Amino acid sequence: MAIETRSVTKRFGDFVALDDVSITAESGSLTALLGPSGSGKSTLLRVIAGLEVPDSGDVFISGREATALAPQKRGVGFVFQHYAPFKHMTVRENVAFALKIRRRPKAEIRARVDELLELVQLGGLGGRYPAQLSGGQRQRMALARALAPEPDVLLLDEPFGALDARVRKELRAWLRRLHEETHTTTILVTHDQEEAMEVADEIVLMAKGRVEQVGPPRELYETPANEFVMTFVGPVSRVGGAYVRPHDIEILLSPDGSDGEAMVERIVHLGFEVRVELLAADGSRLSVQLTRDEATELELVEGDVVWLRARRTRVFA
Amino acid sequence: MIGKYAVRFSALGYVTVILVAPVALIFWRAFEHGLGPFWDAITTPNAVHALKLTLELAIVAVPLNTVFGIACAIAIVRYRMPGGGLVNAIVDLPLALSPVVVGLSLYLLYARDGWFGGWLTRHGVQVLFAYPSMLLAMLFISLPFVVREVVPVLREIGIDAEEAAATLGASAFTTFRKITLPAIRWAVTYGVVLTTARVLGEFGAVSIVSGGIAGRTQVLTQYVQASYENFDLTGAYAASVVLAGLAVATLVAMTLIKPKEERSGHRDA
Amino acid sequence: MPRARRRALGAPALTTGLTLAYLSVIVLIPLAAVVAKATAGGWHHFWQVAWNPEAKAALELTLELAGLVVLVNAVFGTALAWTLVRDDFPGKSLLNSIIDLPFALPTIVAGLTLLALYGPTGGLGVNIAYTRIGVLMALLFVTLPFVVRTVQPVLLELDKEMEEAAASLGANRFTVFRRIIFPNLFPALLSGVALAFARALGEFGAVVLIAGNIPFKTEVASVYVYQHVSSDDPTGAAALAVVLLVISLGVLLAIGAVRRWVTRHDR
Repeated sequence: MAIETRSVTKRFGDFVALDDVSITAESGSLTALLGPSGSGKSTLLRVIAGLEVPDSGDVFISGREATALAPQKRGVGFVFQHYAPFKHMTVRENVAFALKIRRRPKAEIRARVDELLELVQLGGLGGRYPAQLSGGQRQRMALARALAPEPDVLLLDEPFGALDARVRKELRAWLRRLHEETHTTTILVTHDQEEAMEVADEIVLMAKGRVEQVGPPRELYETPANEFVMTFVGPVSRVGGAYVRPHDIEILLSPDGSDGEAMVERIVHLGFEVRVELLAADGSRLSVQLTRDEATELELVEGDVVWLRARRTRVFA
Repeated sequence: MIGKYAVRFSALGYVTVILVAPVALIFWRAFEHGLGPFWDAITTPNAVHALKLTLELAIVAVPLNTVFGIACAIAIVRYRMPGGGLVNAIVDLPLALSPVVVGLSLYLLYARDGWFGGWLTRHGVQVLFAYPSMLLAMLFISLPFVVREVVPVLREIGIDAEEAAATLGASAFTTFRKITLPAIRWAVTYGVVLTTARVLGEFGAVSIVSGGIAGRTQVLTQYVQASYENFDLTGAYAASVVLAGLAVATLVAMTLIKPKEERSGHRDA
Repeated sequence: MPRARRRALGAPALTTGLTLAYLSVIVLIPLAAVVAKATAGGWHHFWQVAWNPEAKAALELTLELAGLVVLVNAVFGTALAWTLVRDDFPGKSLLNSIIDLPFALPTIVAGLTLLALYGPTGGLGVNIAYTRIGVLMALLFVTLPFVVRTVQPVLLELDKEMEEAAASLGANRFTVFRRIIFPNLFPALLSGVALAFARALGEFGAVVLIAGNIPFKTEVASVYVYQHVSSDDPTGAAALAVVLLVISLGVLLAIGAVRRWVTRHDR
């Protein structure tokens, strides 16, 4: 496998950022390190890159022990949240940097930079300075720069966090397509579960310095290991003491076969889906997600009393 | 309304009386009898030697304090040197100290019975009343400027770009050369201008340690004093004009560089 | 989230070590030598030497003059800053640049220019040579920029709307100044005044030509120190130098404290 960490622990003073963390990433895969802020995901990424030294544990890159290696020697490409552009260099010079310091012949550098700029769709902008680019363009430049020395591994630290929502979505899809073309082993840190679900082959969900669950997006969504995973990875409603996805709750117009009673408080039309907000008999609130057709059929009105049946519920100890 | 004019005229009056009129007069007096006498006054052997010695001190002191300034700023900001706040305060000390205290400290240290002076004299090295002590005085009083300009800029630009360079394979030295140095170049330049101006104008400390022997250990500022005390007003005014001219050049350089320095300290992202 | 300690890129031990070594050789050890010399005979001897009548007179004169400098600068420095920010007239930007001249001009030249105009050869009928007022003028010359430059940015940033709001509530110009503008200016003013005070305490070059060196009349502390080194009494010089050192340090600490107090709302 391309990347492995074994029992990595890292403290900053009294704060435990990573607590005995062991993960693997297969060669050619795109893994997301997902979690809320403070979960340790960025610290883990920086440990893999060599920008932090763990207090204990080991890091393996492409099968070799890398724990004591300086970042220069690890063959990792790193992309920062705020792009870290070399402001005094043009786009071309930024992308060419790794090759220039390895003293590659000029012709080879020029060809590779051209190729990379085309790949990230910045062709023709090579002469500009980072200050003249948009946020999305700067991040694509940062990616091209990191890819230039053909790293074994690509590490991205919340790469789209500083961009606005629309650009974020576009770049997300673009990153996935890029990955399918280059097949570089990639690890992406994000706090956005939608982003992780959309882009990753495998998700490592972390909280408070520990790994909560590892698996493909579908697995985390459908078979969450605990309450935290279930609530983090998707929307959750509670019926009785059980957890259930809002789209797994049926609304019935008669009490037969139901799990409980509730009153319709509000109906929100979100385009293709309808969210029905209800007040349950025990005083708690929950929401149910229906398709437009299902909602139309039920002909619900605010104030109606209905019955609920929950499928695929989960109960955690 | 009267208030505004009162403030304006009292402020302008004050500046004229204290600053503008005296300085203007010096220029007038120096060239009063034409360019010839001025040139003669400024090219006497002692005057020429004083200027030469001043420049010889500057040419060593400024680069030394520049290298130190950059290293110290990096140690404080990037390496989080323990006691960094204290070091910052020590670096600022020369700004608050009287130059005669500086001179005295070097005098005590390098005198025959001083901690260093004893050993050095026994080995035939003369420090006091010679170039070395004058250089040490210059280094002491001009120490803070590059550090103070570089520290805030280093803080502002952050460490991301340097880490990026490391992940791309650049050694620490390459990173410093290609990434850090270009980012701080205007701050360094501004600091160098301030350092140079301070060295050229230094008087108190160097007076104590050098003895001020004309033609041997006398810098241009001491030449001004000596000329005045020997009733050579023309010589004193001429040398003053040279120094004032350098001061004006410094001001111009400061005005031109300051905006560039302020821009370099801002994140563009 | 606590501040992360990055893995240091470079040679931290070497750089830090060299930096500390340089600082020690250039600054710390020399200053230690002054303190050692002054206290060599014990505390009692130190106070005897430091407190001889001539030294006492020099210190008193220095503190008096520095105090006057502070007052004059507080008033005219603020007036100058006001003029530069709120007023407009031809030559304003030239004035703005000239204000920094005392920072760049050698102190000995400063003293000479004052003597040239207000001394025996000035033709104005006054003679400030060997007078206390002459020394005061020299100190005012070199401290001119301090208050102006600390007050100016604060004035620039001052929200005009605050003053307009106060005016609309019925405050006249004087009240607006007293209750709105001045409280905002005060910390910057304090900071500039402290810098001017520290500078005036130790000024030598601008003063030496004007003061002559008449003990008890125009001899300030810096001239006393110089005189006593020249006449081979380094102990006497060191004693007063230590007193000056302690006062300078005190002022430095005070400036730091003022700065922290000023920015307390920004944290």
